[in-house]
Amino acid sequence: MKEFFLGRLTQDSLPHDWVTVGGTGTFIAMFLFAALILTRTKRWKWLWNDWLTSVDPKKIGIMYFLTAAFMLIRGGIDVILMWVQQALSSGSSHGILSADHYQQIFTAHGNIMVFFVAMGFIFGLINYIVPLQIGARDLASPLLNTLGFWLYIGGVVMVNMFFVLGGQYAATGWLAVAPLSGIAFSPGTGVDYWIWSLQISGIGTTLGAINFIMTILKMRAPGMTIWKMPLFTWGSLFSMLMAVAVFPLLTATLFLQFFDRYFGAHFFTALGGGDPMMYTNLIWMWGHPEVYILMLPAFGIFSEVVATFSRKPIASYTANVLGMAGVSALALSVWLHHFFTMGASADVNAFFGLITLVIAIPTAVLFFTWIATMHRGLIRFDTPMLWFLGFVTIFTIGGVSGLILAFPPADFQLHNSLFLVAHFHSNVIGGVLFGIFAGISYWFPKFTGFRLNERIGRNAFWCWIIGFCLSFVPMYILGIMGATRRLDHYDAQTGYQPFFILMLIGGLVIAVGVGLQIIQIVASIIQKGNLRDATGDPWNGRTLEWATASPPAFYNFTVIPHVITRDAFLDMKRLGLPEPHYEDITMPKNTAVGIYIAALAFLVGFAFVWHINWLAVVAMIGIIIVFVIRAFNEDSEYVVTAEEVKSIEEARIAATAAITKKSGAMSEQEDMSVREFVIYVYDFAIDIIRNKKWKSW
Amino acid sequence: MVNHEAHEAAADERVMFGFWVYLMTDLLLFSVLFASYSVLHGNTVGGPTGRDLFTLPLALQETILLLTSSFTCGLGLLAARSNKKWQTLICFGITFILGALFLSLEMKEFTEFIHSGQTLQTNAFLSSFFVLVGTHGLHITSGLLWMGVTMGYILKRGLNKALVRKLALLSLFWHFLDIVWIFIFTIVYLGAFA
Repeated sequence: MKEFFLGRLTQDSLPHDWVTVGGTGTFIAMFLFAALILTRTKRWKWLWNDWLTSVDPKKIGIMYFLTAAFMLIRGGIDVILMWVQQALSSGSSHGILSADHYQQIFTAHGNIMVFFVAMGFIFGLINYIVPLQIGARDLASPLLNTLGFWLYIGGVVMVNMFFVLGGQYAATGWLAVAPLSGIAFSPGTGVDYWIWSLQISGIGTTLGAINFIMTILKMRAPGMTIWKMPLFTWGSLFSMLMAVAVFPLLTATLFLQFFDRYFGAHFFTALGGGDPMMYTNLIWMWGHPEVYILMLPAFGIFSEVVATFSRKPIASYTANVLGMAGVSALALSVWLHHFFTMGASADVNAFFGLITLVIAIPTAVLFFTWIATMHRGLIRFDTPMLWFLGFVTIFTIGGVSGLILAFPPADFQLHNSLFLVAHFHSNVIGGVLFGIFAGISYWFPKFTGFRLNERIGRNAFWCWIIGFCLSFVPMYILGIMGATRRLDHYDAQTGYQPFFILMLIGGLVIAVGVGLQIIQIVASIIQKGNLRDATGDPWNGRTLEWATASPPAFYNFTVIPHVITRDAFLDMKRLGLPEPHYEDITMPKNTAVGIYIAALAFLVGFAFVWHINWLAVVAMIGIIIVFVIRAFNEDSEYVVTAEEVKSIEEARIAATAAITKKSGAMSEQEDMSVREFVIYVYDFAIDIIRNKKWKSW
Repeated sequence: MVNHEAHEAAADERVMFGFWVYLMTDLLLFSVLFASYSVLHGNTVGGPTGRDLFTLPLALQETILLLTSSFTCGLGLLAARSNKKWQTLICFGITFILGALFLSLEMKEFTEFIHSGQTLQTNAFLSSFFVLVGTHGLHITSGLLWMGVTMGYILKRGLNKALVRKLALLSLFWHFLDIVWIFIFTIVYLGAFA
């Protein structure tokens, strides 16, 4: 009976390790704290109505950022734990972690950083910026968007679930290759958590990608032909096209692995005639394009940043778009280079090696368009531009090391070594993450109405660059010395230890950089009166997102602009803004359907992890019911009348005027430095303690 | 009001386009299952092969049922577009019955295999067979559910624009499943006797 209701979930599976108990405690404490604040300030209703059930892509974008930032710290703690282990665990010392625990940490690190940090930030940016750039008021299907977001949240909760409820996480590496991930070698809950966390968020990604393809192809402002689209929109379009081309492969592969594990099928278990190498092929057919899905929007961000901060149109727009197209097309046909050592014939390896080398050509085209844009430009070195320059340097190192790995004979030496790990981190950190940082600092004024602190931003940038070189240059060297990846212990005679210690120091410098980024945001909030962006166009932008207020009204544009050239907003500024007139606007209603379906999907996954069959069935029926009810609800939109739009716009203009007047009277204050920030916080705290201010709370 | 109608028409076009993209993702999912069947169909570990298990007449019956249902589904959509409520209901009713018959034949085949000890767990060949054909069957089931609920709403609300749009999407889905079945019939059933 108990087994029927709770499956394999018993008292023994609850957390008892100090790590997991600590994790559980932290999560519960954070939740209680948030609940307390919400109750005290009476904000539950506000949270539900204004945020959680919102279908506004701008709000969903912000929620993606917050979740991804939180997960970045979560995944970052994993790195520090791993590097402390590697720095210590030489010879007779065995470091701080058991081998099994170490394996779970590097697996979780990979999954979290790729799926929940990089994907989260990229989807957040696409959500917020793409509709604004193409002059649209919302997305093609607001419902699919909120559903995609909540499925992503379902994945986030699932990947952290083992902390709260116990059980183990997968100890298999981020792609959980067979047969290691099969039931025979990984009997615990770990791989099941892995499967369902990726499955739920992956389905969300597919739905989100379909939605963005519809939006970009069908909802552009009049006059914006496809060859006039901003480059970030192009990058997003390519990324989403790749996502619909490969995420179904992930979904199918995970289902097959689930069938193997749950129902005893034999897709990947050699014992029943299955083929483990088929898993490796399938997962990399998705896995390789996946990193390009992250990279292409970042390419788009850099194109926007470099054009704006060089105060020039992008050099050879067409070459840039074709470069991105070439990268996307080739990225779909190189997956086999991840396992040259599989034993395929030399011809097969040579083919995939060549295709991999060819990717360098469209990528180089992209780089040359950026460098040519800077040539004779009036370059401003604001932080987004710094991130761009950091990207050019580090991504090039990563790209060249990738070319080395693309030669099958060289790959036989370097396969599964730390050289490979250093290579893809150069690309993912130098490319994707720096792209995200560039995008966030570039569009931050659009999100919040004030720009970020430049001084602390520069400090954070240098910490990242120096920290990156300190950790990953030794990692390249270690790889060439023969250190394999996923190493939790090594012999003292190998001479690895000094390099590992250097890596740890680099990691700590990066951690300081992350700390500075947090301080940067807090300091910017403190000084926001001074950093206010009253015009909506702080950088003298070229594309339509800068034509809106900062932050934009929920309907984005009072009047949908007519686009003449690629630099649509630059034209509007030259020719004069159109006379504002007001019209009725049809907007989608908020809906909680996304939350319900994602919660039920989470329950399905949870039930399968713990073998609670009745719950899985009930939750699946629940999904169908919610879906049917929603599908036949014909009342999902409402109209904002012209008068309402007028009063919203007039209130905004009046508020902006008041702020401009006030800040005009204020003396121009410089961005605060870290030192000034510390003094400010100290004074603030002293003030609270001396004057007993907490009593008024 | 004109503005509102233009808004509706644009939304319709977007949904239709998005549904096509969705169908392509679904096709990719099937492509993985087809690929795994092609790789694994010889791996019977000493058990019976497809040639020993499958009966072609049954597969042919299933094919005829599904192809006919695709035809009646098309007639139903034409009737819906010319706003003939009862003709629509009758055509989709026939489609529903044919789909249900198809599904029952498939269930019959599956139960026979399972009773003779040939299950998902037997070998890689049967794993890939059950999952490929079963996934198609699951799609048919959800199509039937969709059809049933839509017909219920047509009875209740009459034929309105939103419901005709749902029928248009449904018939796309139904024809898509038909095409997938033709590949299953060719690769799985005819392939076993090739």
